[in-house]
Amino acid sequence: MEKALKKWWPLFILPTMAAFTIGFLIPFVWGLYLSFCEFTTVNDAVWVGLNNYVLAFTDPSSYFTHSLWYTALFSVVSTVIINILGLTVAILLVRGIRGTNIFRTVFFMPNLIGGIVLGWLWQVLINGVLAKYGVTIVTNEWYGFWSLILVMTWQQLGYMMIIYISGLQSIPEELMEAASIDGANAWQTLRFVKLPMLMPSITICTFLTITNGFKLFDQNLALTNGMPPESRLMALDIYNTFYGRTGWAGAGQAKAVVFCIIVVAIALLQQKLTHSKEVQQ
Amino acid sequence: MKKIVSLVLSLALVLSCLSFAAAESTGSVYYLNFKPEQAQQWEDLAKAYTAETGVQVTVVTAASGTYEQTLASEIVKEDAPTLFQVNGPKGLATWKEYCADLSGTELYKNVKSDDFVLKQGDAVVGIAYVIETYGIIYNKDLMAKYIGLENAKIADVAEINNFETFKAVVEDMQARKDEMGIMGAFTSAGMDSSSDWRFKTHLANMPIYYEYQADGIGDTDAIKGTYLDNYKKIWDLYINNATCEPSMIGAKTGSDALADFVLGDAVFYQNGTWEYGNCINEGMTDEQLGMLPIFIGVEGEENQGLCTGSENYWCVNGKASAEDQAATIAFLEWCTTSDAGRDAIANKMGFLTPFKSFDDGYVANNALIAAADEYIAAGKTSVSWNFPTMPSENWKNGVGVALLAYAQGTGEWSAVVDAFVNGWAAEAAAAK
Repeated sequence: MEKALKKWWPLFILPTMAAFTIGFLIPFVWGLYLSFCEFTTVNDAVWVGLNNYVLAFTDPSSYFTHSLWYTALFSVVSTVIINILGLTVAILLVRGIRGTNIFRTVFFMPNLIGGIVLGWLWQVLINGVLAKYGVTIVTNEWYGFWSLILVMTWQQLGYMMIIYISGLQSIPEELMEAASIDGANAWQTLRFVKLPMLMPSITICTFLTITNGFKLFDQNLALTNGMPPESRLMALDIYNTFYGRTGWAGAGQAKAVVFCIIVVAIALLQQKLTHSKEVQQ
Repeated sequence: MKKIVSLVLSLALVLSCLSFAAAESTGSVYYLNFKPEQAQQWEDLAKAYTAETGVQVTVVTAASGTYEQTLASEIVKEDAPTLFQVNGPKGLATWKEYCADLSGTELYKNVKSDDFVLKQGDAVVGIAYVIETYGIIYNKDLMAKYIGLENAKIADVAEINNFETFKAVVEDMQARKDEMGIMGAFTSAGMDSSSDWRFKTHLANMPIYYEYQADGIGDTDAIKGTYLDNYKKIWDLYINNATCEPSMIGAKTGSDALADFVLGDAVFYQNGTWEYGNCINEGMTDEQLGMLPIFIGVEGEENQGLCTGSENYWCVNGKASAEDQAATIAFLEWCTTSDAGRDAIANKMGFLTPFKSFDDGYVANNALIAAADEYIAAGKTSVSWNFPTMPSENWKNGVGVALLAYAQGTGEWSAVVDAFVNGWAAEAAAAK
């Protein structure tokens, strides 16, 4: 049996590999190639070298460089808030209080709604509240920023909570018992027992929230549609470049490649940092 | 070994089935439709054509505001659209490689004038199929109510033939809105993306039109902004005499403005003939709908009419197979000459077309088009649609952002001027 598996393993991974190649590898390589081309449609491209990359950074009406730090700031703030709240809710909901399952379900549910619908719903809600003060979500970019934080927190909190709950439940009883016998108070238990044991969950959750923050598109589109232009996150800026002008699809593609490199680099760095803090049981 | 052979054979069988299924059609039509309002009517018409001729016609409608994206991804497919739309010269620049020459077709010979086609040299690459008109739609009942008030500024709506009179009426209505039972003279000038095109594109056409007229040109790489003060006047009038505060327009949508109008909360609503269906569906009647030209205070505007033009041009995909192209042209000729086709386009879709074949009895039933015709009959000069010469979407967005900032008090008017004039030059230089 084992011998057969050794011989036939390529056949078994074939479906997955095929899907991965068709759905990811080919478009990715193609996209990389297109970033060096001028094109209208994806198979109608003329090679122009690095020209698109120059355009991406020198376009006078572009908010690309602004969107870089605006997106970074959004990512950091949303990561911190979502993870702290997610962990807090998780800790509260493993204590076995009445209605635990209902609470868990309720917190998780927003995650099941698509980004555009969610963004639109919140846009109406937030504008309704802001109207009392004579402003709207597009009055300046900070209304858009905090609205995005609010929506993303509401949406992702439940997802991170589930990961933290499973992490908390897998902490061995003996460890907690030992801690209480040693006289550790609640804070010390959290700081010196739970958190170190939770590091694998923290690695995953921070990875998800950071990359989600950088990649965010739907909610940005639905909440403010990039109005004023300072409220555009990177993905929306790329989208606008791609479709905003005749002949600028290549420049949009070049921005997308830069964007991809940044997100991958940050994700790798974050993995390395949190991974090194993980402990073996 | 046997297993491998059988696996390969069965795979080959499956693949060959797939390729046979794809290769059987000879001459079919795939229309990528731009107007979601008429999606159903086009599908019905396609079915009727297939039933009559046996030729397969597929109609796909892009979601509102996503036509370019949909076209870009559809046109690279094996079964690419054989019929698609561009919005004018700028849209054509993107898709010119894909447009077949239609100059030899009956369809082109059926067009009343070359004003309604897009040309590239001698080649006819786009043919308009709907002529539309916009202006300031008004509620005739409310207008009559105003005229009936004591000390009304006008005794007849025909007296509104310049900006000064119009402004006096609007401001008087706004001041007496409780007496009128309205919330404001104008509907909300929403700057949500469902509504902002009314101002950054359609209203912006007015200063561009007058500048082109003054300079005797039809397109430019450097707009001077001669009439931007007039643009400011009309924008101020819109935002300061509306159903909502100027600071709130960033949150107002197209539906909000329509609701203001059909519920009788506002008298004036800048929009076009395409809104007729929406107004009627919401319970208004033909007798309630009128349309005024957009006056912006330019010398001699007493003779100005409504804004009439087209931004919907049919293009046949020149990269489709010869059979498909022929089938597509035949379909279009059928649509514009057969009884079923003309009935669908004129009566069901409510389009006014530039085709000669529609003159005998296929005139759209649309009170707003009738209003537009009255202005032409009265000898007023229609304002041409110059917004298809705007350099890019980015330019429109820049103007929209500045208009909104000015309205909500976070920006100055000078930013609008900057986006309009300098933005135009920058975008014209950046476009390829």
